Amino acid sequence: MPDALVEFQHLSHAFRPGRHIVIKALRDVSFSIQKGEIFGLVGESGCGKSTLARCLMNIYQPSSGRILYKGVDLCDGKARRQHRRMLQRERQLIFQDSASSLNPRMRVERIVTEPLVIQRIAPPRGSLRAEAEHQLRSVGLDASCLNKTPVELSGSQRQRVSIARALILEPELIVADEPIASLDVSIQAQIVTLFKHLQLAHGFTFLFIAHDLSMVRYLCDRTGVMRGGRLVELAPTRELFSNPLHPYTQALLSAIPFPDPLRERARPAFSAPPPEPAREGALVEVTPDHFVLQSPSCT
Amino acid sequence: MPDLLEVNRLSVRFDTPEGRILAVRDVSFSLAEGEVLAIVGESGCGKSVLCKAIARLLPKSAHVEAESILLDGVNLAGRSEREMCRLRGKLFSMVFQDPLTALDPTLPIGRQIAEAVTVHNRRLPRRAVERRVLELMDLVGMEQPQEKARMYPHQFSGGMRQRSAMAIALAASPRLLFADEPTTALDVTIQAQILDLLRDVQRKLHTSTVLVSHDLGVVARVADRVAVMYAGRIVETGTAEEVFYDPRHPYTWGLMRALPALAIEEGRPLSPIPGMPPTLLAPPRGDPFACRNEYALAIDYEQEPPLMRVSDTHWAATWLLDPRAPRISPPLGGIPHA
Repeated sequence: MPDALVEFQHLSHAFRPGRHIVIKALRDVSFSIQKGEIFGLVGESGCGKSTLARCLMNIYQPSSGRILYKGVDLCDGKARRQHRRMLQRERQLIFQDSASSLNPRMRVERIVTEPLVIQRIAPPRGSLRAEAEHQLRSVGLDASCLNKTPVELSGSQRQRVSIARALILEPELIVADEPIASLDVSIQAQIVTLFKHLQLAHGFTFLFIAHDLSMVRYLCDRTGVMRGGRLVELAPTRELFSNPLHPYTQALLSAIPFPDPLRERARPAFSAPPPEPAREGALVEVTPDHFVLQSPSCT
Repeated sequence: MPDLLEVNRLSVRFDTPEGRILAVRDVSFSLAEGEVLAIVGESGCGKSVLCKAIARLLPKSAHVEAESILLDGVNLAGRSEREMCRLRGKLFSMVFQDPLTALDPTLPIGRQIAEAVTVHNRRLPRRAVERRVLELMDLVGMEQPQEKARMYPHQFSGGMRQRSAMAIALAASPRLLFADEPTTALDVTIQAQILDLLRDVQRKLHTSTVLVSHDLGVVARVADRVAVMYAGRIVETGTAEEVFYDPRHPYTWGLMRALPALAIEEGRPLSPIPGMPPTLLAPPRGDPFACRNEYALAIDYEQEPPLMRVSDTHWAATWLLDPRAPRISPPLGGIPHA
């Protein structure tokens, strides 16, 4: 595809926690993320979605396969070193737990501007403090936070600080690994609205990893569903939610409780998704842009 | 139906070095037999503290005051710890959010369930205890109970652990079950299974349930009645239909409008509640929700509104229900329900 920002090609990753234990966290995952889109990745815990994000950020070296970012192979050490500055600057990560991903000994001002210092970029707004203030304002915090430490902030304020830190380098790609999972429902809505607003303003590409399907449905342009290290379905979000084809996606969608008591009471008991087939399958394009994992036997 | 639980004017305060925290303020509610009451609210609104205050599971720094807490005719207020010990499990029990920390990692699941069975019936012969354990495991939907009884918590998935915790809670056939965010730590598919189980068990045993949750979807699935809490007070209470289809409190409106599922359905952008919940250390004067409330009236900054009647079962603490209040068009609700 011509305007793909990130391309995963047959990506696999296995953990070896013991001598004879192999955990296949990613199995032959291939898809691409287009420039400027919000891509949602959903799945249960342990399905490999965080591993994928970490491979993309070069935290893990995948066992096999390639990840192309703007044509640069991130798994190839030489290519990576060559483009190190560009890669570090353009990719940013937001973690789930803002309490542990912000240094408790630093003040907010330093946390937010540290990327500029590391990259040796002169602050465009004169001083680091002015720059930090500007970034904080764009995520809905005021200057009074600048001199606070993370423990003095609430969960949503901390998550806003991590977002400001990620935005200060004006990245092209933001990877957010369950950024709202540890927040309250009303605060989740605040942060998701902020993401939507920022994405419109900055136009960055956004990989949003979550297990809350209704948030993904609200925010994302395209959505991929993962299970057991495989990508089982990939489609534009509206298409995926109105016409889920893989049985696992169907089970996942039917499990979301809807805030309507009469509708919920009338609903039959949840039936667990069928076990995943042992055999490897391949993603098949069923309708345009709608891909489903199909086992070789049932085509 | 007679009321199983009747709580009258319960307050909980914590004295900390920073000052006095009023975690629960003057809460009264009742629960009929076989009913599921859901307590909804943001974290820190006092919903967990409320349950733990009734079960007397709070640390010593908490000061609980209540006119009366009547559970099945027994007044729990002012009981000694010894007496409470005898009542816990038998009269009421609790399921917690994180099943891994609620279970003992060093004992097999079967032993842990057996412990809960024997504590209330010391003279039960071993065979009967074993039979009861298998019966309980079957009740909470654990397949192959014989095998599973010998396994340890770390060998189970999150869903299985929560099922084990429920088996322990149900061991002495309590009349009332407190479920404190029982599905928050679980995946959606597991959550759906546990909620179905909760509903199923509740129908079979006629146990009344107090469900604490911040997820209105979860609440819609299991609750008969709903109480919305904010800053330590119940601000709206009613049947599930009343609260979901005809909410009257601006905070309930806010909670509903912050739900992505409803926003998509209605094709409108998400409207989050602005600001944060107040700290209970220095609560503002008047209604603590006033500063986040777009419908706040001048009196909201002066005086906290009392619970006002909408119907016999539906009450809301907002000045908007006062006959002198200006008429506003509510952002949602007013849907007649069957």
